[in-house]
Amino acid sequence: MPVQIFVTCLVNSLFPDVGKATVALLEDAGYEVEFPLDQTCCGQPAFNGGFEAEARAQVRQTLDVLDPTRGPIIVPSGSCAAMIIHHAPELMRGDSKYLASAQRVAARTRELTEFLVAEAGCEIPARDCGECTTTYHASCHALRWLGVREQPKRLLDEAGCSRVELEGEDECCGFGGLFSIKAPEVSAAMMDTKIDRVEASGADVLVGVDVSCLMHIGGGLRRRGSRVAVKHIAEILAGKGI
Amino acid sequence: MTTFRDRARDALTDGVPIAIDRGARGHYDKRARAAAAFPQMEQMRDRARRIRAEVVAHLDQHLATFADAVEARGGQVFFAFDAAEANEYIVALARAEGVSRAVKVKSMVTEEIELNGALETAGVEVVETDLGEFIVQLAGEKPSHIIAPVLHMDRYDVAELFSEKLGAEYTDDPSDLNDIARIHLRERFLTAEMGISGVNFAVADDGSIALVTNEGNGRLCTTAPRIHVAVMGMERLVRNRDDLAVMLEVLARSATGQGLSSYTNVVSGPRRSAEPDGPDQFHVVIVDNGRSATLGSAVAEILYCIRCGACLNACPVYRHLGGHAYGTVYPGPIGKVITPSLFGLEEWHELPAASSLCGACKEVCPVRIDIPELLVALRRQSTDRMPTSIRWGLAAFTWLSTKPRLYRSLARTAALLGRLWGKGGWMRRIPLVLRGWTETRDLPAPAPQTFNDW
Repeated sequence: MPVQIFVTCLVNSLFPDVGKATVALLEDAGYEVEFPLDQTCCGQPAFNGGFEAEARAQVRQTLDVLDPTRGPIIVPSGSCAAMIIHHAPELMRGDSKYLASAQRVAARTRELTEFLVAEAGCEIPARDCGECTTTYHASCHALRWLGVREQPKRLLDEAGCSRVELEGEDECCGFGGLFSIKAPEVSAAMMDTKIDRVEASGADVLVGVDVSCLMHIGGGLRRRGSRVAVKHIAEILAGKGI
Repeated sequence: MTTFRDRARDALTDGVPIAIDRGARGHYDKRARAAAAFPQMEQMRDRARRIRAEVVAHLDQHLATFADAVEARGGQVFFAFDAAEANEYIVALARAEGVSRAVKVKSMVTEEIELNGALETAGVEVVETDLGEFIVQLAGEKPSHIIAPVLHMDRYDVAELFSEKLGAEYTDDPSDLNDIARIHLRERFLTAEMGISGVNFAVADDGSIALVTNEGNGRLCTTAPRIHVAVMGMERLVRNRDDLAVMLEVLARSATGQGLSSYTNVVSGPRRSAEPDGPDQFHVVIVDNGRSATLGSAVAEILYCIRCGACLNACPVYRHLGGHAYGTVYPGPIGKVITPSLFGLEEWHELPAASSLCGACKEVCPVRIDIPELLVALRRQSTDRMPTSIRWGLAAFTWLSTKPRLYRSLARTAALLGRLWGKGGWMRRIPLVLRGWTETRDLPAPAPQTFNDW
């Protein structure tokens, strides 16, 4: 069965390994993975910032690329998936040309872990996670817009990774896109709380489903000289993580 | 006025937020337990939302019904267009009736219109009787939370305050502190000529008002003095007592995790001839102060708010900063919408921007207000206040991302740059727009090869 991947702009430029791991995972699960070359940005930063016209332009571009393809569209990011599923149809409400397209694409779009658990029957071959202990950070959009709460943890457990609970797992890490630049002090304070808890958990690797949060938390951990690494769940599940 | 960023910085260095974080989290946990213990909670939230939506959609009609019902019971209604009109009415009433002392029940709308200041200027002594508000008033501060005004203080702060301001012997035992306040307030309840309350809900069809407290001070304030003035935001209505019952189910659980608050009073007008006690006069002051304008705006949904404070407790920004950093009487997620919509986006444009849009607020809101969506709606109206670097950066990025081939080749160029750092490289200092980022975090360098090229 064919699936499309929308890797997101951050993965494309900053974390291509996450994209490669996503491909490997889906192929292992028996899917034929296609990558529409012209994809760029889903429009989320502009949308969240209140830049409606810019967000619309990016949404239209994304729809032009994704609508003509076939099969589910898999996104290894909760917030970009939420953008396509919820906000793109809202933005196209008054656009007779693109509304139907936005609704079609929204209906086909799935966050990676939610898709794996629901469709691939969780049949992830057990990977060697080494001696590392993982802990999971719930990204806000995956959690509250897409209802992704248990799936990533279940996948980690089924893959045989050792995992400890993270205190305040569902509390925002303080990234928030432009928020991290416009209110850097508050953003950093939220990050410090998150990092304190990650370090207190005893885990070696913090796992998430959104590279944007991981970039922020990982940047903070590095600055602190912490030994804890951050990894996208696809890297762990594809056995490329540790 | 200071900027939000300045106030946030101060709050973060003060150390006060530790008390705030503990308090907010405590309330949040209590709400979660109460919601879990009440199987109909989600259904009640849906009903509560429908009730508020209907009232707000037909507000003019319900206000007229309410005003007629209050008058039919012998009460008086005054519609105040703004804070000044509301205060003038109450001050004039106090003067005409020779009031020298007023006792107050905790009320956000009276904080909003700054009624205490207006009465004090007119020579009326105003005594806050909710323990938290009493402490805030004594300390000369402002409330830092809409239902727990002294969330930012601990009992040792209160102990010092009481011994300094009330001349009480130092004690930091909460129960003894409570007694000190009780004794101090008792005499004031009995001698005040005017009692001032807010309104949790006004019942349109019978002209009664519901007041929710945990200390019983609401009951004393509205029955002992000979004049009762109830001040309400224009939107605080429900159609009837059935709807009131639904709202009370969600209010107490969301606010304090209680099934019902310790005291829920329904006040219906002045004392009637056969009744032994109650006030001789009952005045309802209905405050617009920007609400009509909000009604016709992109954020009208904010008028569904029932001021339970659950979103403040859930909010990670609030937990880190406390209420004072917002610079307004309405802090937290809901305050970031209420404040600009009532007092002007021009002055308050920083507040909607100060959110990571994490959605924790929306998750607990008893009337399911989509606060993140309202924040984005306000951001849309203030994009011109964004720093030029961000505006231009976004415009360029947007333009580029609609030209996939150019986008690819530029990403490739950035990847070449990324090779300077090597695979998995991080940057420590970047100037301009991203400086705020690299002051506290490293930023990953572009990867040597984009996914697209792979």
